[in-house]
Amino acid sequence: MYSYSEFDTAFLAERNRQFRAQVERRISGALTEDEFKPLRLMNGLYLQLHAYMLRVAIPYGTLDSAKMRKLAEIAERWDKGYGHFTTRQNIQYNWPELKDVPDMLDALAEVGMHAIQTSGNTIRNVTADHFAGAAADEIADPRPVAELMRQWSTDHPEFQFMPRKFKIAITGSPNDRAVTKAHDIGIRMVTRDGQRGYEIIVGGGLGRTPMIGKVITDFLPEADLLPYLEAVVSVWNQIGRRDNKYKARIKITVHEHGIDEIRRLVEERFVETRKTFSGVDVQMLREIEDHFAAPAFKTASEAPFKDAYHNDPVFRSWADTNLTAHKAPGYKIVSISLKKHGATPGDASADQMRLMADLAQDYGHDELRISHEQNVILPHVHVSDLPALHARLKDADLATANIGLISDIIACPGMDYCALATARSIPIAQEIATAFDDLKREHEIGNLKIKISGCINACGHHHVGHIGILGLDRAGVENYQITLGGDHTEAAKVGDRVGPGFSADDIVPAVERIVDTYLDLRSDVDEAFIDTYRRTGLAPFKAALYPETKVAAE
Amino acid sequence: MPKAFTPKVVTANHLLAGDVIYQTTDGWTRQLSDAEVLTDEADADLRLIEASQQVDVVVGAYLADVAVTDGVPAPTHFRETFRATGPSNYAHGKQVDFATGAYEEAS
Repeated sequence: MYSYSEFDTAFLAERNRQFRAQVERRISGALTEDEFKPLRLMNGLYLQLHAYMLRVAIPYGTLDSAKMRKLAEIAERWDKGYGHFTTRQNIQYNWPELKDVPDMLDALAEVGMHAIQTSGNTIRNVTADHFAGAAADEIADPRPVAELMRQWSTDHPEFQFMPRKFKIAITGSPNDRAVTKAHDIGIRMVTRDGQRGYEIIVGGGLGRTPMIGKVITDFLPEADLLPYLEAVVSVWNQIGRRDNKYKARIKITVHEHGIDEIRRLVEERFVETRKTFSGVDVQMLREIEDHFAAPAFKTASEAPFKDAYHNDPVFRSWADTNLTAHKAPGYKIVSISLKKHGATPGDASADQMRLMADLAQDYGHDELRISHEQNVILPHVHVSDLPALHARLKDADLATANIGLISDIIACPGMDYCALATARSIPIAQEIATAFDDLKREHEIGNLKIKISGCINACGHHHVGHIGILGLDRAGVENYQITLGGDHTEAAKVGDRVGPGFSADDIVPAVERIVDTYLDLRSDVDEAFIDTYRRTGLAPFKAALYPETKVAAE
Repeated sequence: MPKAFTPKVVTANHLLAGDVIYQTTDGWTRQLSDAEVLTDEADADLRLIEASQQVDVVVGAYLADVAVTDGVPAPTHFRETFRATGPSNYAHGKQVDFATGAYEEAS
């Protein structure tokens, strides 16, 4: 894990000192809200429906037990005892008071964390594969590159007032778990002729106008990464539309100019930016890589795991669902579900955070990750430790065996918290999870990703959900539109809208009809929902959702 | 023909706490039922201007529609209902803070 240098620490202390003074001036009335708002947003502080909200960056979703304990302490001391992990691998506190925020930022700085550039028209927190550094299918650990990009983009003088926000994601695995094709820039680490490089994807994004990113270069040599990224962002910063915020993201720029023209402009600009990088960036990457050395993996008997797997059906169910193959022999990646049936997706109490920190320390080489799917990952656990770990998770209500299943729902905060929302998301997620748990059907249903957004901005990634749900305000009433067949992986696809929306009371039965239709249609139990949908298309699902339309057509 | 003016209250977020507040005849309250109901458009516009000028007390003042029963205002849109009560996933915010007496005067 990256450790702050003296420069990092001094920079953060100075930023926090500045923000403390800005808060004091706002409270005294010396600054108006119009003057203060851009300053607070630069420091991750929003004003939401019921309170301020502080969004804290968790760079590329990586943290250790000390950081997790600090997040717990902040939740307890200045919030209501919990935090909300987001689809951008951040954590949000929903209830801070303005006067306390400078103290919260100082507390974060004690463990090398901050809220800088978690808002505003800047390059946001760089996100990465949540199995980074552990996955068996990984070409390389993307986190050193993500850290290099964090250092490059933080307080970058050219990129503080861009047309809109800018999001970068990176994966080191061909199996894309970082949704790279739905980011302003998506980066896939690749190798060619034994050389490591990057495939660069630009112009992806969800929101009001969902777009799948396009490949601008299929192989960028490692040494060219930062100058090339600087060229991309610089070109967009210059020609991106500032006249209309809904057309300002790079996806619209790429759409309007075409990928070939954008590529030409970027390559032209790259000639200039390349000269300004002396190679110190590559040297820095080598130094950063030292911070991310793999832990000293242990060897131990796998007998305790095998015994528990054989004798304990609850453990077996959890192991079958929540474990992923690891690159080291005898190890597994553990996904801790923050989706207990009926709970708020992505929320963890301070006690739960502390327990996860303890588990990381006791069994996980002191490493944790936050997934964009709003779960917590222990990336390195030896199988011999899994029975004990599972028992402690159970005691903390954290042993739900549902990773990748229908109740492992992504949901944005929606109108329960968000000032932009047009409808609630959380209660819909809670009701769907509870309904399928009551019927004990989710293991039979298998892999199925539901993603819910409470407005068109799509923080809940609904466009790329196998079942996507978008909450809208229709004449003063909450209404939910369904899309089907979305895909967030390397085969990324925006889902198909099925038809008119459903009321809050009707949306759960509608999801049940979709699932029933899938179970009727699937060729066998191994055909996942998304595969059945690709085979059959929208028609049978539409007929199930709108039977009256079918009758009328006949 | 212009749309008939419907009853409104002035609402905003409190600068320090960030929570939802409503204008009264002589200050601010955290409880919608205590808010001043405005039935005259010119009066409402004036009260909104007065509220917006209190930059060291409130943030983002605006006029919200209300339905009035026996002189007591209630929300007409679900967004305002959530603002007046709190989130639906936890017993947090106004829905419990009034019950526990956790609220101080708004200003």
